[in-house]
Amino acid sequence: MAEKKTNRRDFLFTATYAVGAVGVGAVVWPMIDQMNPDASVKALASTEVDVSAVTPGKTITVLWRGKPVFIRRRTEDEIAEAKSVSLKDLKHPEKDEDRAKNPEWLVMLGVCTHLGCVPLDQKGDYNGWFCPCHGSHYDISGRIRKGPAPTNMEIPEYKFVDANTIKIG
Amino acid sequence: MKNFFRISFLISLFVGFQFSSYAAEKIEYLKTDWSFKGPFGKFDRASLQRGYQVYQEVCSSCHSMKYLSYRNLVEEGGPEFSINQAKAIAASFEVKDGPNADGEMFVRPGRLSDKFVMPYENEKAAQAANGGAYPPDMTVLVKARGGGVDYIYSLLQGYEDPPAGISLDDGVYYNKFMYGNKIKMSNQLSDGLVEYSDGTNASVEQMAKDVTTFLMWTAEPHLETRHRMGFKAIVYLIILTVLVYFSMKRIWSRIETKV
Amino acid sequence: MSEHEYTPKSKVGKWFNDRLPLLTLANHLTDYPTPKNLNYWWTFGGILTFCLITQIVTGLVLAMHYIAHADMAFESVEHIMRDVNYGWLIRYIHANGASMFFLAVYIHIFRSLFYGSYKSPREIIWIIGIIIYLLMMAAAFLGYVLPWGQMSFWGATVITNLFSAIPLVGEGIVTWLWGGYSVDNPTLTRFFTLHYLIPFLILGLVVLHIWALHVPGNNNPVGIDIKKPSKDTVPFHPYIVIKDGFALLMFMIVFAFFVFYTPNILGHADNYIEANPLVTPAHIVPEWYLLPFYAILRSVPDKLLGVIAMLSAILILAALPWLDTSKIRSAVFRPLYKQFYWILVADVLILGYVGAMPAEGLYLLIARIATAYYFLHFLVVLPVLGFKERTIPVPLSITEPILGGSPNLATVKKKDNI
Repeated sequence: MAEKKTNRRDFLFTATYAVGAVGVGAVVWPMIDQMNPDASVKALASTEVDVSAVTPGKTITVLWRGKPVFIRRRTEDEIAEAKSVSLKDLKHPEKDEDRAKNPEWLVMLGVCTHLGCVPLDQKGDYNGWFCPCHGSHYDISGRIRKGPAPTNMEIPEYKFVDANTIKIG
Repeated sequence: MKNFFRISFLISLFVGFQFSSYAAEKIEYLKTDWSFKGPFGKFDRASLQRGYQVYQEVCSSCHSMKYLSYRNLVEEGGPEFSINQAKAIAASFEVKDGPNADGEMFVRPGRLSDKFVMPYENEKAAQAANGGAYPPDMTVLVKARGGGVDYIYSLLQGYEDPPAGISLDDGVYYNKFMYGNKIKMSNQLSDGLVEYSDGTNASVEQMAKDVTTFLMWTAEPHLETRHRMGFKAIVYLIILTVLVYFSMKRIWSRIETKV
Repeated sequence: MSEHEYTPKSKVGKWFNDRLPLLTLANHLTDYPTPKNLNYWWTFGGILTFCLITQIVTGLVLAMHYIAHADMAFESVEHIMRDVNYGWLIRYIHANGASMFFLAVYIHIFRSLFYGSYKSPREIIWIIGIIIYLLMMAAAFLGYVLPWGQMSFWGATVITNLFSAIPLVGEGIVTWLWGGYSVDNPTLTRFFTLHYLIPFLILGLVVLHIWALHVPGNNNPVGIDIKKPSKDTVPFHPYIVIKDGFALLMFMIVFAFFVFYTPNILGHADNYIEANPLVTPAHIVPEWYLLPFYAILRSVPDKLLGVIAMLSAILILAALPWLDTSKIRSAVFRPLYKQFYWILVADVLILGYVGAMPAEGLYLLIARIATAYYFLHFLVVLPVLGFKERTIPVPLSITEPILGGSPNLATVKKKDNI
């Protein structure tokens, strides 16, 4: 008899705790989720850029998710140079065709992978970019060639929605 | 326990009096069925889309909707236009942006992420263009008027000739439901004013209902979610209350005498 | 606090407890002997703690998105309502939570008035409670300004202008409060800071409030002193914890109804209009929980005297333990006091009602009568009653009326006698 009574009581208390815990979770979640990006931030998660005015040899910088993105329309010479680099010479080996699907267009995050400064265009020893903060040199594919940066400048998700428009993000 | 109910009843009577005091002076508003009223209320999507059309074609030349974004037109719980429809709507407006690389401001077509473009530069410009009266922003207008949707719905249909003895200045009109009866907005709705894309007959009453429904959504875009969540929350609380009640009885049965 | 020695079971626990006796404190709170005859009017202390925590948590989270600048405040609140994940829910919980907080505090206060919980030796608990109440009103007033709607702005203007009633320094104080020549951005930013601060002051006072309570222990519906621990008490955990939990859940159901189904019904429509210094609303009214004091303020034609009357109405409560001269605590045994108690309740409800009405005509007359009666209750009725009232004999213990022998068996046991 006592056995049975204990079981019923335990079940009641266990059930109460379990149901209570569900409630606590349901209350805690919104408090945490409110810190996640809100709808207005998410709406700006992708940016469409009109590149019709970008001539070969020119770089433009656009703001995407609060960070600079370099869009460079490369010349024939620059493309050839980017493809000719041996992977052995690279700290972070990456083929140019993996970085720029359409070799004429280089789209990458203009953020130095060392400590986050914005590298300067058409500077440095490798005909690419140079970061003045700690002396990282990037080549015409945005790859790290000399200096403390550990990896190549990041390629974001992007695609051409038409011949003149790139959608980033 | 009886006293608890007596007191709750008295308090709710008292509280009931309070609410009636906030409404306009005992005016009977025009009544209609609002699909969003009540604990299980939802928006009529078609009505919201028609209401947007009325807002766009009739009201937006004077009234801003500055807290609404074009992307809201796509979101769940609202008119739920398709993404392409909403993009097209946004793109039909010119949004000021800049400064560009030359340091100048420029205009570009609207995007989903933009807020609704305002008809006037600022409040003063809106006032100047409307005889000194500022056409209020409509995003939360329904919540900003004590009579709510019934008030807006009635006001749109409440224009009539002033009774004998009341003279109106230029640019002032008589409205049965406006607070103080004098309003600087002329009657805007007339039968067939808008050609609804879904073919519904655009009577004054229909347009008033649709645009008011739209305004209820702009004021409370999460209304449907709120109702759904509320139902779950209260069912949950009732279940937990029952469990806790029996737990309480079980625990208190351990002592022999309760006073 | 007298403590029988508590030794934690684990070695780590003992090591820690020797350095900071938190486990001893937890044990004290768990075992704390509570009268077993407490009715549901005693659950509101726990409910109030829940309300305070709810307001602090939701407030903290809102503060991550709210912008305390006159040009952006209203818009930031709309941003919270529309774009922030669950923002609408958190905002409605916070706004309605304030009303629920006051509902609970009024029930809690009126429980004390009925059962004489303010009487010796609990005077300090009561006075700390009055200070908490004052801080709650300050926090609520400041919080209402933050959305920067019409009522926010004009309510702030009216209430801050009251300080100009102070002779000589009044105008200077108002300018100092405003940080300018009218309610404007400097006012808003400092109001935000103070609104953020006050709940933590309240939290500290609540700790003192409970600490002071634990010295004599809880009062009870019969109002007699009881030995603790004894047959008349139960350990706080699990008996009172579960009962408070049950009451809290009922409270939360009411709370949920407001938040999910009628979230704006206790507010004022004008606060959805952006603040406009050039246009005054037709009727400036505070939130419902401040209405009785608003009525008292407006019932006195003189500005300074009105302010003094309003403040006195609250401060007079602090003097209550000494104004009420009766040796009997609980109104259960004070039939005449009980009648006056209910008249006071009606009087306060009436004051609340006329507080929402324009201060003219019949409303003003009623407000004046109700104000006069309010002070009459505390200054005349209570002192006199203590001497003149014939009270019912009080039982010797709380179980005595049940176990027999007491003439009060019927009085105390009847369920509909609170």
